[in-house]
Amino acid sequence: MASSDVARQPDQGTRPLSLAGHVGFDSLPDQLVNKSITQGFCFNILCIGETGIGKSTLMDTLFNTNFENFESSHFEPQVKLRAQTYDLQESNVRLRLTVVNTVGFGDQMNKQESYQPVVDYIDKQFETYLQEELKIKRSLHNYHDSRVHACLYFISPSGHSLKSLDLVTMKKLDSKVNIIPVIAKADTISKSELHKFKIKIMSELVSNGVQIYQFPLDDETVAKVNTTMNGHLPFAVVGSTEEVCVGNKMVKARQYPWGVVQVENEQHCDFVKLREMLICVNMEDLREQTHTRHYELYRRCKLEEMGFKDTDPECKPVSLQQTYEAKRQEFLAELQKREDEMRQVFVQRVKEKEAELKEAERELQSRFEQLKRLHADEKATLEEKRRLLDEDLSSFSKRKTAAQLLQGQSLAVNGKKDKDRKK
Amino acid sequence: MIERPDTAVPSIAQRNLEGYVGFANLPNQVYRKSVKRGFEFTLMVVGESGLGKSTLINSLFLTDLYSKDYPGPSQRIKKTVQVEQSKVLIKEGGVQLTLTIVDTPGFGDAVDNSNCWQPVINYIDSKFEDFLNAESRVNRRSMPDNRVHCCLYFIAPSGHGLKPLDIEFMKRLHDKVNVIPLIAKADTLTPEECQLFKKQIMKEIQEHKIKIYEFPDTEDDEDNKLIRKIKEKMPLAVVGSNVVVEVNGKKVRGRQYPWGVAEVENGEHCDFTVLRNMLIRTHMQDLKDVTNNVHYENYRSKKLAAVTCNGVDTTKTKGQLTKSPLAQMEEERREHVMKMKKMEAEMEQVFEMKVKEKKQKLKDSEAELERRHEQMKRNLEAQYKELEEKRRVFEDEKANWEAQQRILEQQKLDASKTMEKNKKKGKIF
Repeated sequence: MASSDVARQPDQGTRPLSLAGHVGFDSLPDQLVNKSITQGFCFNILCIGETGIGKSTLMDTLFNTNFENFESSHFEPQVKLRAQTYDLQESNVRLRLTVVNTVGFGDQMNKQESYQPVVDYIDKQFETYLQEELKIKRSLHNYHDSRVHACLYFISPSGHSLKSLDLVTMKKLDSKVNIIPVIAKADTISKSELHKFKIKIMSELVSNGVQIYQFPLDDETVAKVNTTMNGHLPFAVVGSTEEVCVGNKMVKARQYPWGVVQVENEQHCDFVKLREMLICVNMEDLREQTHTRHYELYRRCKLEEMGFKDTDPECKPVSLQQTYEAKRQEFLAELQKREDEMRQVFVQRVKEKEAELKEAERELQSRFEQLKRLHADEKATLEEKRRLLDEDLSSFSKRKTAAQLLQGQSLAVNGKKDKDRKK
Repeated sequence: MIERPDTAVPSIAQRNLEGYVGFANLPNQVYRKSVKRGFEFTLMVVGESGLGKSTLINSLFLTDLYSKDYPGPSQRIKKTVQVEQSKVLIKEGGVQLTLTIVDTPGFGDAVDNSNCWQPVINYIDSKFEDFLNAESRVNRRSMPDNRVHCCLYFIAPSGHGLKPLDIEFMKRLHDKVNVIPLIAKADTLTPEECQLFKKQIMKEIQEHKIKIYEFPDTEDDEDNKLIRKIKEKMPLAVVGSNVVVEVNGKKVRGRQYPWGVAEVENGEHCDFTVLRNMLIRTHMQDLKDVTNNVHYENYRSKKLAAVTCNGVDTTKTKGQLTKSPLAQMEEERREHVMKMKKMEAEMEQVFEMKVKEKKQKLKDSEAELERRHEQMKRNLEAQYKELEEKRRVFEDEKANWEAQQRILEQQKLDASKTMEKNKKKGKIF
């Protein structure tokens, strides 16, 4: 990169200028908004709570629709998560909503590992995004963001304090996701008990160092309402999809013999506050926090794990290319080493086997030699016997001829004698 | 563990709302946040000196971006092409815009202008690189976007066609930045000349396959009609002015001639309004988006591909671009492991075969040895037998002969005894 060719002037510093008329760039936010409306929005909400605490009902009530709900049993061996995605539309705004519910949370005898599947799910969504971000050819603007933007933690309306499972779980999640604790089934708590309960919960959260989501105060237009709402946390909610006639209106409510709990009545519960804060006012902030805080933290940790740094040991800034280069060299060297090692092992084996075979050959050879000697010995013995026989044969034939000779002589003599006698 | 409902495709169901939810407020939330953040835009102006670039910028933004204290590019005579930027902050209707104007004094002014686009390309690439590095850091803070979002290219109003420099520049830059060609000082052309000129230019642009910035189609039919109208006017013929004159009692920006006033903002005089509306009021955000999603991504993928596919032959790179460089390395590692396994298996095979061969040979020689040994043994045994036979025959013969001899001896003895007897008896005289 011939950056030295570029005449990089020291930044002249941004100077403010005044305009002599209407230029028109005040439409920029509108241009941006129009773009997002065309693209559509995306929001992912995770509900953690015990079985039967009212997660699905609250979701139905919040979003005024009937999501597919599965009633779960209390006998799940492990905590599972169930995610469902829906396309919703309100006026001209399209929202792709993903609702993730825990299944079996709090049901097991041993709840030590209960938080793990939740943490794993959240991390997995971050990981998928990170992988997409690291790809060479990527399409981030088309990417369906599945990262969890908000986590509603359902607290049991015991009226006393948080359970240890609650504290443990929230502590594990507070650096990964925006936690919004809610008191579920708030229609079982009276107003005074509720006030004490909220204070107890908040103080327990603080003393245990759990960071829950605070509604942002940096924007003047919403700072005031957010401050007020922050003071009402955690929201005590009641959910209901059934409608009851109150006065002359049909309202969402729960009918009891002693009265009707109206979901959207702010005197009865904080449902409206939750809806206002979660959806109307701060949905975009929740998404932004997820992306700029929680995701960045995950990304930073992951990259550091993989050995990436921003500066090398001499504290000089290291560019991405350099890091990749270095990693690649390391990687190639490792591959080479493995290959060499394998070859070594093989060479060793070959040597050993060769030695073995040579040994066998030698043994065979010596056996061969031995047999040869045996054979030679036998042959010698045979030869000796043969020689003896030959000797005997020859001495016998000598005797025979000698005897014959004698006989011949004596016969001749006898014959003469007889001849003489006959005369 | 994640459970998804049992459908073949992750079902994304449509749901109709039965009452107020409130996310229709999302656009407002986005609006609020964007205003709070503020906006930034980088505009590059390129063209020979004297084509009215600074005047046009001042007219576009209705401000003295270029003035006596901050002279325009044509006033800053350079020996070689420089790329220089000025940053200004302007506010309107609560919206803050940090505008960076990048100009190129010296462009096209030399006698030999070959490669005068190089510093421009280098500048654009260096901004991409800055952004890439900022984006790739482990600790990411705010990533200021200094990438060039739009390049206004000024064509001299010759009335004939594009110059070789024009064509060369646009060809080299259309993959790196949104190029919007403009006919400068359009008040030297009559409407008919202008029409012909525009037609000629567009023809040449198409011939040379130059990709100038294209307006995206929208879902709205009305908008699409407008867009088509704008497209027909391309390239836009503009006139700029730093001076306000009075025409028919109105104060307008314009150029005063003895024969009349060429009004900058009059649609019948030039396309300035079209440019301003398009560049600032309707498509500024889109220019930024195209820079981010297309030009920057192009740069990035080329840069990263060069890093990861170092030394790998290019025939394999097609499928590898969909992964991150690290996933790439993981895959290569797996491939290597498989390759090594295969190699190992092959070597193992060869080894086994050779061992088998050798062992077979040994076996064969052992068998041969046995065989020969057997043969020799049998041979010897046969000889033994033969010898034994011979001896037996001999012994028999000897025994027989010796028996015979003994008989003969006996006979002889008997005979001599008889003779003796006879002698004694006087039979023998």
